[in-house]
Amino acid sequence: MSNPAGTDERPPSEPEGAEPEEQQPSRWHGVLREITSSSAMVAVLSVLLAIAFGSILIAVTDEEVRSTAGYIFAAPGDFFNALWDAIWGAYTALFRGSIYNTRAETFEQAIRPLTETAKFAAPLIAAGLGVGLAFRAGMFNIGGRGQMLMAGAASGWVAYQFDLPGFVHLTFAIAVGMAAGALWAGIAGLLKARTGAHEVIVTIMLNYVAYYLVFFALSKQSLLQAPGSFNPKSLPAKDSAIMPKLLGDQFNLHLGFLLALVAVAFTWWLLERSSLGFRIRAVGINPPAAKASGINVGRTYTVVMLIAGALVGLAGANQVLGTVTSGVTVDLDAGIGFDAITVALLGRSRPLGILAAGLLFGAFKAGGFAMQASENIPVDIVLVVQSLIVLFIAAPPLIRAIFRLPAQEAK
Amino acid sequence: MSTTTAASVPLDETPLAGVTTVIDKKAPVLFGALTIGLLLLVLLAGESGDTTFRLATGTDFFEIPEITVPSIATTWLMVAICALCTAWSVRLYLARRRTPMWLVVVFALMWMIGFLTWAATGATIPVVGLLAGSLALAVPLVFGALGGVLGERAGVVNIAIDGQLLAGAFAAALVGSIVGSTWAGVGASMVAGMLVALLLGLFAINYFVDQVIVGVVLNVLVIGLTSFMFTQVLAPNAADLNHPPRFEKIPIPVLGDIPLIGPIFFRQTAIVYVLYITVALVTWALYRTKWGLRVRSVGEHPKAADTVGIKVNATRWRTILLAGAIAGMGGAFYTLVSVPQFNREMTGGAGYIALAAVIFGQWDPIRATLAALLFGFASNLQGVLSVIGSPVPSQFMLMLPYVVTIFAVAGLVGKSRAPASVGIPYRKG
Amino acid sequence: MKLVLRDITKRFGTLVANDRISLTVEPGEIHCLLGENGAGKSTLMNVLYGLYQADEGEIELDGTVRNFSGPGDAIAAGIGMVHQHFMLIPVFTVAENVMLGNEATGFAGSLDLDAARERVREISARFGFDVNPDAVVEDLPVGVQQRVEIIKALSRDAQVLVLDEPTAVLTPQETDELMQIMRQLKESGKAIVFITHKLREVREVADKITVIRLGKVVGEASPTASNADLAALMVGRPVELTVHKNPPKLGSDSLVVDNLRVVDDLGRVHVDQVSFTIKAGEILAVAGVQGNGQTELTEALLGLEDHVTGSIKLNGQELIGRSVRNILESGVGFIPEDRQIEGLVGDFTIAENLMLNRSHGEPFVKRGSLQLDKLHAFAHEKVKEYDVRAPGITTLAGQLSGGNQQKVVVARELSRDLELLVAAQPTRGVDVGSIEFIHKQIVAGRDAGVPVLVVSTELDEVVALADRIMVLYRGQVVGIVPSDTPREVLGLMMTGERPEGMTA
Repeated sequence: MSNPAGTDERPPSEPEGAEPEEQQPSRWHGVLREITSSSAMVAVLSVLLAIAFGSILIAVTDEEVRSTAGYIFAAPGDFFNALWDAIWGAYTALFRGSIYNTRAETFEQAIRPLTETAKFAAPLIAAGLGVGLAFRAGMFNIGGRGQMLMAGAASGWVAYQFDLPGFVHLTFAIAVGMAAGALWAGIAGLLKARTGAHEVIVTIMLNYVAYYLVFFALSKQSLLQAPGSFNPKSLPAKDSAIMPKLLGDQFNLHLGFLLALVAVAFTWWLLERSSLGFRIRAVGINPPAAKASGINVGRTYTVVMLIAGALVGLAGANQVLGTVTSGVTVDLDAGIGFDAITVALLGRSRPLGILAAGLLFGAFKAGGFAMQASENIPVDIVLVVQSLIVLFIAAPPLIRAIFRLPAQEAK
Repeated sequence: MSTTTAASVPLDETPLAGVTTVIDKKAPVLFGALTIGLLLLVLLAGESGDTTFRLATGTDFFEIPEITVPSIATTWLMVAICALCTAWSVRLYLARRRTPMWLVVVFALMWMIGFLTWAATGATIPVVGLLAGSLALAVPLVFGALGGVLGERAGVVNIAIDGQLLAGAFAAALVGSIVGSTWAGVGASMVAGMLVALLLGLFAINYFVDQVIVGVVLNVLVIGLTSFMFTQVLAPNAADLNHPPRFEKIPIPVLGDIPLIGPIFFRQTAIVYVLYITVALVTWALYRTKWGLRVRSVGEHPKAADTVGIKVNATRWRTILLAGAIAGMGGAFYTLVSVPQFNREMTGGAGYIALAAVIFGQWDPIRATLAALLFGFASNLQGVLSVIGSPVPSQFMLMLPYVVTIFAVAGLVGKSRAPASVGIPYRKG
Repeated sequence: MKLVLRDITKRFGTLVANDRISLTVEPGEIHCLLGENGAGKSTLMNVLYGLYQADEGEIELDGTVRNFSGPGDAIAAGIGMVHQHFMLIPVFTVAENVMLGNEATGFAGSLDLDAARERVREISARFGFDVNPDAVVEDLPVGVQQRVEIIKALSRDAQVLVLDEPTAVLTPQETDELMQIMRQLKESGKAIVFITHKLREVREVADKITVIRLGKVVGEASPTASNADLAALMVGRPVELTVHKNPPKLGSDSLVVDNLRVVDDLGRVHVDQVSFTIKAGEILAVAGVQGNGQTELTEALLGLEDHVTGSIKLNGQELIGRSVRNILESGVGFIPEDRQIEGLVGDFTIAENLMLNRSHGEPFVKRGSLQLDKLHAFAHEKVKEYDVRAPGITTLAGQLSGGNQQKVVVARELSRDLELLVAAQPTRGVDVGSIEFIHKQIVAGRDAGVPVLVVSTELDEVVALADRIMVLYRGQVVGIVPSDTPREVLGLMMTGERPEGMTA
């Protein structure tokens, strides 16, 4: 997997070079290109197609639909009514749970779902940025889970261990969490830079190492485990280290969302306007050219993973200090580490794209729970839709074939 | 100073390549580190007492008596033997020679005995149970690793082993319950594994999507699908749909009665015997047949294969479908042997350990199998040790496969050389 | 077997790589396909071999029109090919490589390796090769690997054998041996297509010559035609490249390289005992067959090689051991030999590529921030000055033609204050107009007092630019001679022979 050999797909672009030369750009070159250049149309159609698949799944597993299907020829109306009810019910519930609750009594209740969406989106955006940034340097950070765990454990520890004034305590807890995430991700960057170890394998393995490390710490009284407890759980965060609610106590939305927005702005500046970002992008597209231009490729890999880990770490801190403040557990990442990959891919590894993708998937999560509560549809459907979206996005030719779109003009 | 007649003053005629043989110093370094580790354990945390090894089960030809040894003295003895092995390895390194395999095996065995003696002071280690349990834990890993090896040898990275195991487990439970037959369950698990492979192939081979992305996303997809179906369909109708028959253990006559080896390897379920055959078949086919030669060629240098008339993508397709069927079978082991019903995310990331075994096993079916067995041993050992109340934190044993794999890819343990074209889609022209 | 190609046309998008090319090759004949790099020779042969499908035209073997949907068909029809980049599996043994795709099998599809070994031995014996069937291919020298390719084709009973630029990677001795093999093959009745751009080889073995330029057949010639005639056919312009330059105004010794040795990760020595000096305002051109240490020499100067010993002093300062960035910042300009790999970031804009090696500080970076206004003004200026033909400064470099890409690289390197310019293959794959322009810029740099090291495998370019010429062979200096040294002497030196009366 660590082979940098390229795909020789390009048509010759040099008029005097009649033979398509075998070029060897980095393997990521093609991937990056595919991810960053697929059109918005393809993105929208991918989402629609994935939702359509989700509908089919909801329909075929619906009791009512199945029982009416038994006598579909006798009373097709029943069948189609049941079908409509199942799908319409599901998606209106999704909408009510994620955007605007049409059944609410008060305006606050009506817009509450939107704030829930933002709450769920915050860690997805932060972690998505961490994955996307690494992507831009040609690295695939699958270690979101491990980085979040390390960050969450570190933040959680600061949050219950220290007695500090509110703002200082919170800032300190967030900073320590981000640093822990950075260091954990930095291992993968450093190993790639020093030994060429493929970051995909290293980050996957580090996920499990982090899991067992945190698990171990949470099972030891001398480490993170709450005194007198037998559960692998730490003490809850002190109030001074808890992220303040943004819209008052009746909403769950907390500071984490604002921090995620700041992270988006920071990452945008980093990639588009800073010299470090310039080097990151150069390394991501063409490492040999970057090296020959005086850019230290190995150091860039390490630095990128440090920053990426810090961003994912922010997501971890967000969970422990904002969303679930009752103490650190090994489930604190709540699948966000992997979701972040889909967010980054859907967002085409661009900060603003990741913001949009994070909000969309945040809405899916918020709505998914509502759907489970009111329609009894397992929230796992969200995972299905989410992964299908990413698969479709990654294969524009498939989408074009399905919707019979013209092939994209070669540049 | 320059004339047209050239007097021949030929330069050095030897080719540019003057390759110096590089001898690995990893073996002596690793030996040394491990020996010191064991030494520290016995020095700092050694407790006096006895350790008993139970080697027999009731039905062997003859019974090997229990062996009881004084802990500290035995551990010291093993430290000494390990130190000797290390010294020998250092000597070989200085003489620019490799550390032979047998020395590695001796070292590993002695170290393990030393470690176990120390860890189980004052208790009894059921050696047979420990090893048989390791095998049981390793079975899905071995199936998964074989699938992984095949796919990667053909040039397709398969991160989706976990998805294949999970899909296989799901399908085996569902179909096994409906049909009421274990073998129908196994068949369904193979089909499920192939379906995941079908998606992998569609996106990775036909649409050139990055294979790592496809694999990761497929795992999420399978988790979503099986969990959704489990909650929506299986759980409400558990008696009909999630109550598969279970494979019974079939002791093999004679072989099963051999002390130590018999109870570990030959008193197993049919699916384990299928595993033995699969390992042998895959190894033979990969190295000794026309099919295997072609599979390896498309994984190493697909264009070269193309120029001799081998259909690269068709070969890759066939291989990953087969690999999917094998990995899927591993999933059946969960629902038809270990836990006779399906649960959400029941593989617990075993597919990633299988992936680790592929890499640690250097893309070779036998070595990957051994790596999977080692990882199975590590996770079973932690179970046994925690039962007998040993001082080793179980999490560290569970972490072992992953840490070892990181060391492997970083080149600190062994040399990992992937098939040259793994992960790269093949496009013509 | 008689091969006839009739009106073959192959297009890639809007580009016509082969334009109605016709060719006839008789059995027992060596037919040379002569043309510059990129003339369309390899495309034509890939059509013949079934790797590409022709858009128009037909392939006829012994009077029957054939259609090849893949190499398998071509092989079955008796066509064998020795590719420029060997199509061998490096980790397989010789026998495995030879049998691949054509396997002898026993029980249940098991491989019959003994049969393959026997076949290798038999063919080796027939042509006097010394190839061990059980050797692993990656351990073999390049020349032997090529023989494995030939054995592979012969083991499939190829009657038409295509050799695509087979000498590009060979030493002169190996080339001579290959010529001998080709004659043997011809005598055994094979039809041979020999693709090359080297005149000497053509004259030595060809029975017939077809010259291709820009995808078209521009003429046929007999091996007795003069070099000048052949070359003129090949390039369509006078071969003598002349660069108008004044006599050098030499300054003091600027670059002093002493006893340089470059070793790769595998312990192979690529550059050995290389010492030379370049004065300020002087162009030293390095001549040699590709792969004789030129790449490693230039990369060592830039700090891109890991295992370098000896000394490289630029204005008295040692460069060995310094980082690439440090070397660039001390005023070394670098035009890499392959702009696609080391010169440009294809998905970066022209403007971004122009600041590629100045990403750490002034003038385009201030306190970690890009100074986009400054960069854009600079880019506009350079695009104009260097006549880069592009829609704008935000055009992606990958979309430019080779000549314009190279101009971007040259503009970037020459717009800094240089203490040394290293230009490797500065005009490879560049159109004639751009070649002249780039040469002028290099000479202008030299006239401004910069010491220049030019590396080229094209003798014409070396002679045109050089104030002095250094010839490399197997990583060592054969000699450093004046630029008016006769070509025959230079050619001889490139084979490693040192002219009389000269010491290294």
